[in-house]
Amino acid sequence: MSATAAEPAAAARPRTTLGRLERPALMGVLVREIINFSSFWKSSVFSSTVEPTIYLLAFGFGFGSLVSHVAGYDYVEFVGTGTVATAVLFSSVFSAMFGSFVKYQFQRTYDAILAAPVDTEELVTAESLWIAARAGVFGCAPLLVAMAFGLDPSWGMLLVPFIGFLTGYGWACFGIFIAARLNSIDHFSYVTSTVVTPMFLTAGTFFPISGLPEWAQVLAQFNPLYHCVQLVRGAAFGFQGWVDVYHVAALVVFAVAMWRLAIHYMGKKLID
Amino acid sequence: MPLALRLRGVVKRYGRITAVDHLDLEVPEGTCVGLLGPNGAGKSTTMRLLTAQAIADEGELEVLGHRLPGDSKAARAECGVVPQLDNLDTTLTVEQNLRVFAHLYRIPRAERRDAIERALDMARLADRRDTRADKLSGGMRRRLLIARSLVHGPRLVLLDEPTVGLDPQVRQELWALIDALRAEGVSILMSTHYIEEAQRLADTVTIMADGRAVASGRPSELVLEHVGREAVEVYGPPARLAEAEAEARAAGYNTRRTGTSVSVLGTERANGDAPEGERRPANLEDLFVLLTGEEAE
Repeated sequence: MSATAAEPAAAARPRTTLGRLERPALMGVLVREIINFSSFWKSSVFSSTVEPTIYLLAFGFGFGSLVSHVAGYDYVEFVGTGTVATAVLFSSVFSAMFGSFVKYQFQRTYDAILAAPVDTEELVTAESLWIAARAGVFGCAPLLVAMAFGLDPSWGMLLVPFIGFLTGYGWACFGIFIAARLNSIDHFSYVTSTVVTPMFLTAGTFFPISGLPEWAQVLAQFNPLYHCVQLVRGAAFGFQGWVDVYHVAALVVFAVAMWRLAIHYMGKKLID
Repeated sequence: MPLALRLRGVVKRYGRITAVDHLDLEVPEGTCVGLLGPNGAGKSTTMRLLTAQAIADEGELEVLGHRLPGDSKAARAECGVVPQLDNLDTTLTVEQNLRVFAHLYRIPRAERRDAIERALDMARLADRRDTRADKLSGGMRRRLLIARSLVHGPRLVLLDEPTVGLDPQVRQELWALIDALRAEGVSILMSTHYIEEAQRLADTVTIMADGRAVASGRPSELVLEHVGREAVEVYGPPARLAEAEAEARAAGYNTRRTGTSVSVLGTERANGDAPEGERRPANLEDLFVLLTGEEAE
């Protein structure tokens, strides 16, 4: 083979563009996640469903004894539908943040996967899809508990796993983005305290945001969890037309933005 | 002979540090090439460049006919990679680890079971198929890493320090496994800093130092070219060793210290001025130390 003059290869750096996703690569990563999940599903299901259920019971029956109705709903029903978003958040963002960090930093799992015919874009997408699927399922737990305490089932509730999936996808990507940006697992507490907790508390889960100052109500529009709560309540009690389309659009924008950020920064982390 | 792998003028910088510096490297198909160098020589970075986990700043890389980094995915589909650091899924069993990679390497469903069985047999792990990876010994985990890299029947295997940290007996077992691979016609690029490993397994070696290839060729030819045929081992107290070393250098010989002795290299060219000592054939270790300035392991 003849030698050719060396030329700069930097220009040939593969760009993370849309359309590079290959189904076999996504499936490979998903299969890995599913096989792994079979070894720790009990603890995962427990942690992802019990905590939101405790919130539901504590707030529903604690505050519920003081406040019977909120925004026209029975308080247990109000909180029961709201904590779906909490379950989705907890089961997606923390899994993604801690899971991704451990996999690339300590277990070097991502190095192993990227040595196979899988790109960072496919890795991040498949990981997020799996976390989102779990979040969609786990998100139903508070709803089922609320039903046991009087929430009437409705056909619209069949959409809740899909709402949870869409919301969970965005939060999973957010978690991977954070894992890629921070250099120490200890720093995650900054994100939890300054981003996750405030969003969780101002999503309209435990009280309607209409009671908040106007600036807080405006800020809530940028909180994806708020849109998730509104959609779940719509699914349970009846959708409101274009307003719900707006909520879906907000979640889609959040998911796409976080997806691209997660791919970009995880790529920078994994590819030297 | 067609090439499984070709690097031309490859440069990789991390800030002001040049990890790989205008590296040329070739692996002819069906051969085993040893990438020999001390820690920090750029061996692992070279391995990462070959899987596009690092992107070269300059130069050309071609793996199995695929240009990198653009066609790296196609190249990776035909390569197996054994990393220096264990990255197994520790909570999965041996078989589950292989099944995951059978999926990642896109082995069709109908062929998957046979592929896993073949890899298990090759790595002699069939009786451990249901053992969790974290319950395996260090040697078995290494064998599993190798089995994982072979599950899809790769044409080229990249072994990054495959036996580092293992005891001599386990190392011998892995050498037999790698040798069997070579016998099957698989092309191998193996980075190592163990001289004996390179000498036993590699058809040709490339010695790296400070990111550069400082010598490349068949071990015996390289030794003859750079060191000579013969060396004299001088033993004695430290003062005697220092004296012998100074005399040899003054006479134009290369020398190396090995703790309890001084090796004077290339003594077959002596015209009666060779030091007194134990004569022995020059070896790859002499070459390694001479070219890299570092003691071999």
